[in-house]
Amino acid sequence: MTRIPLLALGATLLLVLQIPAGFAANSYEEASKSFKQGNFAEALEKVETVITANPRDARARFLKGLILTEQGKPADAIKEFTSLTEDYPELPEPYNNLAVLYASQGQYDKARKALEMAIRTHPSYAIAHENLGDVYAKMASEAYDKALQLDRGNAAAQTKLAMIKDLFSGSVVPGRASPDTPDTTPPVVASITNEKPAAAAKAAAVPAPTAVPLNKGDVEGALAAVNGWAKAWSSKNPDGYLAFYAPSFQVPGGEPRSSWETMRRDRIVRPKKIDVTISSPKVTFDSAGRAIVKFRQGYKSDTLDTAGAKTLVLQKNNNHWQIVQERMN
Amino acid sequence: MLAQAVVAIAAAAATASYALAIGVAPAPISRHVTAPEAMLVRALLDIRDSKFSSAFDHIDSLLVSNPNFRLAQLVKGDLLMARTRPIDSIGNAAGGTAEQVAGLRDEARIRMVRSQIEPSSDLVPRYLLQMPAKEKLALVLDSTKSTLFVFENTGKTPHYVADYYVTIGKNGLEKFREGDKRTPVGVYHVVSQLPQARLTEFYGSGAYPISYPNEWDQMRGRDGHGIWLHGTPRNTYSRPPRASDGCIVLTNQDLETLAAKLQIGTTPIVITDSIDWAKRDDMEALRADLAASVEAWRHDWESRNTDAYLAHYARTFKSGGMNLAQWSAQKRQVNAGKSWIKVKVADVSLLLYPGKEDVAVATFEQDYDSNNLSNRMMKRQYWMRENNRWRIVYEGAA
Repeated sequence: MTRIPLLALGATLLLVLQIPAGFAANSYEEASKSFKQGNFAEALEKVETVITANPRDARARFLKGLILTEQGKPADAIKEFTSLTEDYPELPEPYNNLAVLYASQGQYDKARKALEMAIRTHPSYAIAHENLGDVYAKMASEAYDKALQLDRGNAAAQTKLAMIKDLFSGSVVPGRASPDTPDTTPPVVASITNEKPAAAAKAAAVPAPTAVPLNKGDVEGALAAVNGWAKAWSSKNPDGYLAFYAPSFQVPGGEPRSSWETMRRDRIVRPKKIDVTISSPKVTFDSAGRAIVKFRQGYKSDTLDTAGAKTLVLQKNNNHWQIVQERMN
Repeated sequence: MLAQAVVAIAAAAATASYALAIGVAPAPISRHVTAPEAMLVRALLDIRDSKFSSAFDHIDSLLVSNPNFRLAQLVKGDLLMARTRPIDSIGNAAGGTAEQVAGLRDEARIRMVRSQIEPSSDLVPRYLLQMPAKEKLALVLDSTKSTLFVFENTGKTPHYVADYYVTIGKNGLEKFREGDKRTPVGVYHVVSQLPQARLTEFYGSGAYPISYPNEWDQMRGRDGHGIWLHGTPRNTYSRPPRASDGCIVLTNQDLETLAAKLQIGTTPIVITDSIDWAKRDDMEALRADLAASVEAWRHDWESRNTDAYLAHYARTFKSGGMNLAQWSAQKRQVNAGKSWIKVKVADVSLLLYPGKEDVAVATFEQDYDSNNLSNRMMKRQYWMRENNRWRIVYEGAA
C-alpha cells in the first residue's frame, strides 16, 4: 500500500493524492458517470471497488458520501464525510457537505461547527460562507421561535444549503503532478490556494452570460480595480478609495456626491482597523461594455464582522476601470 | 449596533443604581445571583463590549442548562442574525407579536438594572420598622427593578439575604379594580399555601396568596382578589417584567428557595414602585414614636380612662361596619361595666405603608383580661399620622 505525502508549501497547500494507475482511476470515472446518471447502487458498487484498492482515495470516498446522500442514507453519508474530515482536515468540501447533512436533520449547531471548520481552513471559501450564513439565519430563527414560543413545525426545517458535488470544486485547482513530486507513480496534485481569483471564479457553477466578447485583459483590469478598491478601503485610505469611483458614479439615493463622499470618508476613517475581502468574483460585461463584477464582500472592523453579496459596475475611462454603480444584494 | 442597543440598556441600568441615587456609599454585602441571570448579564456585557464570540459562548452554555430562558434564546437569535446582517436592536425576530418582543427587551433592561443592585448592610427599606422575633422573614417588592428583596430578621433588625427577579401585573402597580391587571401597592401578608393538586401547570412550583385586598384597601374601595406569589410553567424560565394579571411571579427555582422560609400567615410583603432605603438609625425615631403610640393606647385602655383611650382613634376610623361615633358609644358602654382591665400586647410588628400618606400597620398578640371577660387574639391596627399624632384608622382581628 502506498503512502500519501501531504506537503504544505508556504501559503499554498499541496495535496498529493496518489491513485494507482489504470484500473482504479477508470473505475472512479465510471462510478462518477453512474452517479451522474442516477444509477446510485451501481455507482456505489464501483466506488467501493476503488476505495478497497486505495482506502485513502479522498476523491472516491467523497463520491461515496455523495452517493449515500442521494440514496437517502444521511447517517452513512455523515460517517463517510466525517472520516474524510478526520483524514484530510485541510479539505473544506467534506466539512461543507457534512454541514449540509447536519442542517437537513435540523442539527444546526453541528452544521455551524463543520462550516466554521471549512472556513477556518479556507477563509474565502464562498459556498461555505453562504451556507454558514444560512445556518446562522436558521439557528437565529430557531432561537427566536423558542424566545417567542412559536411553533412553526417542520416547515421551518427546510434549508437551501448547497452540497458540493466535486471534491476540489471551489477553492481547489485540480491539476496534474508537477515533475518535482518525489513519488514515482503519477499522482494527482491539487494545489489549494485562496488567492487566485481565477480559482474563486471557477466556484460559480453557472457560467456567466457574456454580452460582448470576453476580453481577458478587461476581466483582469476590472478585477484589479475591484481588488485595488478593497485594498484602499482596508488600508483606510479614503482618497485612494474614492479615486476608484468614476465622476459619473450614481450616488445611491440620489444624494449629492459631496455628502456621500463625506459619509464614506467618515466610514473609512472611524474604525481602528478594517479588513475587506473579496471572494468568488464573477465578471460579466453588458452591451455598453461595462464590467459587472459580482462577489462576496467580507467586511471586518473592530466593531463589525459581516459579509454579503455585492455588485460593482465598472466603466473603462482612459484605460482605467472605475466604479459607476455599487449595490449590496 | 446590537452592541449599542445593549450599551443603552447598560447606561439606563447604571443610573438606576439605588446606591448612587441616594448618594450613600453603602457597605456592600455579597449578593447571590442565580447562575442563569449571571450568565445572561455576562453575555449582554460582552455584546456591549463587542465581544460577540464570548457572548455567544455564555448564551449557549446558559441555554444548555436553561433552554426555556426565552430572553436568552432571543439574544442567541440576535447574535446569530448579526452574523448575517447588521442589526441595531435587541430582538429581530420575524413573527411573534410586538408585545412579546417588547416584553423580552424589557426583561433585558431589567436584568441589567438588577445587575447593578448592591445590597448594603447599612440600609434597609424604611417600611420594616419593627419585626418581632417570631417573624423570621420580610419581603419587599421594588417594581421599577422587578425585584423581590428578602430580609431575614436576625435579632430585631432585618438583614438582606436575597433578591429575586419577579414579574408583576401587565399594567403595573396600584391595583384598584377586579381585572385591571395590576399588582397592589401596600403592606400585605402571605396568608396561605395552595395545595399543588389544585394548581394547573401555569403556576409552576407553587402558589402563595397574599392578603389583598387588606382592610385599608377595602376602606378605600379597592376590590379584586387572588393576588398570589407563584412560579412559572415548565416551558418558561421567566416571564417578562410586566406580564401577569396582578400576581407576583418568580422562577420556580427562586420560589422553591423562598417557600422553604415562608411563614404562612406571618411573613409580610411590602409592595412599592421604588424602595425607600434608610439607615437603621434614621428609622429609630419613627419606630419609637409608633411603638410609644401603641403602648399609650394599651395603657389608656387598661386604665379605663375612656376619653384618653378613644382619643387614639381617628375621626375617619372604621371597624366592622362601625364608625367612630358608634365605636365610641360601644366602648363607653363596655368600659362602664368593668371594675378592672388588663391588656398585654406582645410580638408587635410595625410596618410603614409605602406611599405619601403616613400610614402604618401594627400587628400584635393582644391578651385582654377583665373582671367579666378574657380573650387572646392577634390584632391588626392601621395607624395614620395626622397633625403629628398617630391615630388608629382601623382595628380588627389579624
